Amino acid sequence: MNRQRAAWVFLAPAMVVLGVFFLLPVIAALGLSLTDYDLYALADIHNLRFVALGNYWELLHNPLFWAALGHTVYFVVVGVPLSMGASLGAALLLHSPLARCKPFFRTALFAPVVTTVVAVAVVWRYLFNTKYGLANYVLGLVGIHPIDWLGNPHWAMPAIILFAVWKNFGYNMIIFMAGLQAIPADLYEAARIDGASAWQQFRHITLPMLGPTLLMVGILTVSGYFQLFAEPYVMTEGGPLQSTISVLYLMYNEGFQWWNLGSASAIAFLLFAIMFAVTASMLRWGRRGEEA
Amino acid sequence: MSCRAIGFAVLLACQLTGCRQQADDSHTLTFWTIGREGEAITQLLPQFERENPNIHVELQQLPLSAAHQKLLTAFAGDSAPDMTQLGNTWMPEFVTLHALEPLQARVDHSNTVTPSDYFASIWSTNVYEGALYGVPWYVDTRLLFYRSDVLKAAGFNAPPRDWAQWRRMLAALSHPDHGAYGILLPTNEYEQLMSLALQQPEPLLRDGDRYGNFESAGFKRALTFYVDTFRLHEAPDITNVEAGNPWLEFGHGVYDFYFSGPWNISEFRKRLPAAEQGSWNTTPLPGPDGLGASVAGGSSLVIFRSSQHKQDAWKLIEYLSRPDVQQRFYALLGDMPPRRSSWNGGSLHDDPQAQAFREQLEHVKPTPPVPEWEQIANEMQLVAARAAAGDLTVDQAAVEIDRRTDRILEKRRWILDHSRATASAHL
Amino acid sequence: MSPRLAKVIINGLLVGGALVALFPLLWMLSVSLMHPGEADALPPPLFPAHATLYNYQELFVRAGMGRYLLNSLLISTAITLLSLGVNLMAGYAFAKLRFAGREKLFKSLVGMLVIPAQVTMLPLFLMLKHIGLVNNYGGVIVPAMASAFGIFLVRQYARGIPDELMEAARIDGAGELHIFLQIVMPLLKPIMVTLAIFTFLTAWNDFMWPLIVLTGQEHYTLPLGLASLAREHAQDSELMMAGSVITVVPVLVLFLALQRYYLEGLLLGSVKG
Repeated sequence: MNRQRAAWVFLAPAMVVLGVFFLLPVIAALGLSLTDYDLYALADIHNLRFVALGNYWELLHNPLFWAALGHTVYFVVVGVPLSMGASLGAALLLHSPLARCKPFFRTALFAPVVTTVVAVAVVWRYLFNTKYGLANYVLGLVGIHPIDWLGNPHWAMPAIILFAVWKNFGYNMIIFMAGLQAIPADLYEAARIDGASAWQQFRHITLPMLGPTLLMVGILTVSGYFQLFAEPYVMTEGGPLQSTISVLYLMYNEGFQWWNLGSASAIAFLLFAIMFAVTASMLRWGRRGEEA
Repeated sequence: MSCRAIGFAVLLACQLTGCRQQADDSHTLTFWTIGREGEAITQLLPQFERENPNIHVELQQLPLSAAHQKLLTAFAGDSAPDMTQLGNTWMPEFVTLHALEPLQARVDHSNTVTPSDYFASIWSTNVYEGALYGVPWYVDTRLLFYRSDVLKAAGFNAPPRDWAQWRRMLAALSHPDHGAYGILLPTNEYEQLMSLALQQPEPLLRDGDRYGNFESAGFKRALTFYVDTFRLHEAPDITNVEAGNPWLEFGHGVYDFYFSGPWNISEFRKRLPAAEQGSWNTTPLPGPDGLGASVAGGSSLVIFRSSQHKQDAWKLIEYLSRPDVQQRFYALLGDMPPRRSSWNGGSLHDDPQAQAFREQLEHVKPTPPVPEWEQIANEMQLVAARAAAGDLTVDQAAVEIDRRTDRILEKRRWILDHSRATASAHL
Repeated sequence: MSPRLAKVIINGLLVGGALVALFPLLWMLSVSLMHPGEADALPPPLFPAHATLYNYQELFVRAGMGRYLLNSLLISTAITLLSLGVNLMAGYAFAKLRFAGREKLFKSLVGMLVIPAQVTMLPLFLMLKHIGLVNNYGGVIVPAMASAFGIFLVRQYARGIPDELMEAARIDGAGELHIFLQIVMPLLKPIMVTLAIFTFLTAWNDFMWPLIVLTGQEHYTLPLGLASLAREHAQDSELMMAGSVITVVPVLVLFLALQRYYLEGLLLGSVKG
């Protein structure tokens, strides 16, 4: 067997699976998004119409789409910095030479990451229960009135964000820890000799040295958080008053609740385009920062 | 990879793909139920399986909020069950999809299922363009549960018969400062507003169900009554997620009216302490001027066209339609039977709290028979909730509901016009 | 700030953080052992008055949790084994075998990482419907048999294998398959373990796609069964907690046993990328 042919034999299974079950559907989705595939078309394919960009046009005029996008952006804009802040804080604590029992703390802080979203979302739903939930009980101890976390449109998304931060911060924590370990110790040594405070060291050594890691983690987290679905599906079913409908939730509802596959595909592509634009501009902005 | 490993992999693949075919060989009937019905029916099936020893029924319970999506997806994925329980607002979709088996011929030959015995409006929700697609299993309509003791204490000796009386009672019983409200109307449930709207003379859709008719005087009257209840703080502006345990709160007098369906009779009996059992009752829905209509809801039993076991499925439908079985079903769950003869015996006959439903069932109206209805009703409620919260006026809300409805019905209009055009081209 | 105070603060914060991270999981375990209705009390009880396995019994006997557990195990194991083979071969080919168009193909593979899987879901459903894989374990397993991320991970790792090893074997007349199985595979063992845990955890925790494609209860995985139960038995907190425990414990145990590999893979997949 020559090497060229061997390479293709090794590649073939993966390429077939990815081509047939990933690439082809992506192209098909693009096609589908240009039609009005719906319940009637499912019943009789002659009821399918080509609508060009009609689905996109309608979505851009659909308040629910904008609302869903608004909720998703809210989740990303508040959730990502909180999440990364928690990750960085935990990583700094664990990196400190003064910390004890590091392996235990690392494992404990990481544990939520490996848990199943659906299962822990169920747990948090009870923690957030207005009457018997521990969240309100603890708040009550310090004299704060019970908050209707999952029932009040203003609080449902913050509750989901808190849950997401808890669930995800451990992942980036590990990456930040590796990043911190890669910073040469003599930089801090020199700074200490110059009399720099802990804050100054963090500001002028840690942050710049972590720059590329922060950028990469930021991009990955943003694209992950844009794909919000299971949390509202389990915790609020999109409510109350649709205040936790995310873009993907809307796609799921349009697609599989009402069988409007055409407009659901258009939603998927719009989300993709938005994610792509946001992460690409983050990358660009980050690179420029590096050059400066 | 060794030959043995390949053989094993093939075997595994056959195992993985083969389980569906396996079920088809025997007399195994797959039957999907939605929500609470699934648990009760497990107690009715043993007798059926004893009477039909060659049929085995495999039950699957779908949670209510996921059922619609599951049923449609299963049909679209060619993995529909033999038969299912189907809410009658969902029936038009499945009829449009040609998913359901027409049942008229089987009914004609049946000794058990006699159409004239059924409440007429309920039966008619199963008929589309002259063809019958389902047999009503249980009925669901909305009416009022009320605290008779609280009403009496406030000087009202009888429940309200029309909106004006009802409004007076709501005003007298609501003390929002003390957290007491006349009624609970969860803002994410459309059934309440829909029932009020169905009481109006104008239909909810117009021109052969091509356009929304929500700007009609009737709907605006219903929406005004609904919104006023919130505006006057006679109902809290909350969803059923926030409502917590409505049964206990009804018992504690947080709400004195509860706008709900038949299953709550058994819930109240189960959940309220014995001392409070004498303090509540049910009454037909008050209308704008005297006794009002309510929604002809409920679930039917349907057979999927793709089923390989239609005869067995029909046997189960006949069994579940027998008055004695329906009476047991009511005793288990409180789901009310759709045929009059089932009401004439068993615990239903002398049940004082069920009598209001019996009366209401003769005054029910079906919802518009279009596949988009559920979606329209959802949109209607979303807009109405905003009106209840004070973000929209009644007129603005009516315009907005019509706008959304017309957008949803666009495809339907195209198909109706399209098929008429092709039909006339053939002439 | 004295070093002693700093030490107290840092360790104090770590203890607090660990408590926040672990508390929901420990609470879940505790409530799952309570009697029905016990958790709905004020103040919310932290420990069961008399621990009971009633909820677990209920789940397995009446709610069919055993079936979901088996399905989850079957699907996750099948995906792990199959995708491991497929991704290893492809990753190795990208790293060590020279062929025309390699760089271009690899670039487009990396490009695929950017496309969210949800874009494919709707057409994929229609496709699988035509091949009869809807409501079938295959509907979840087959599309997951290869992943751009897995191939990427293997390639990054396999690049570290010295070419001389393979060249020496080729001079001795060994075939490419032999080289892969006998020489390369043993060297890839660490990344195999890493990839296996990653894949298993992802498959186990996956929700959206199985929710769409597995229409019948008999095929539900644990997350689907649990989400379905959560909508039906919302009030039964004790029962739901027991269901969560059953869903979460297998992956937690797997992680604790193999956490070194998992964390290394996590870094390999992101930092060096």
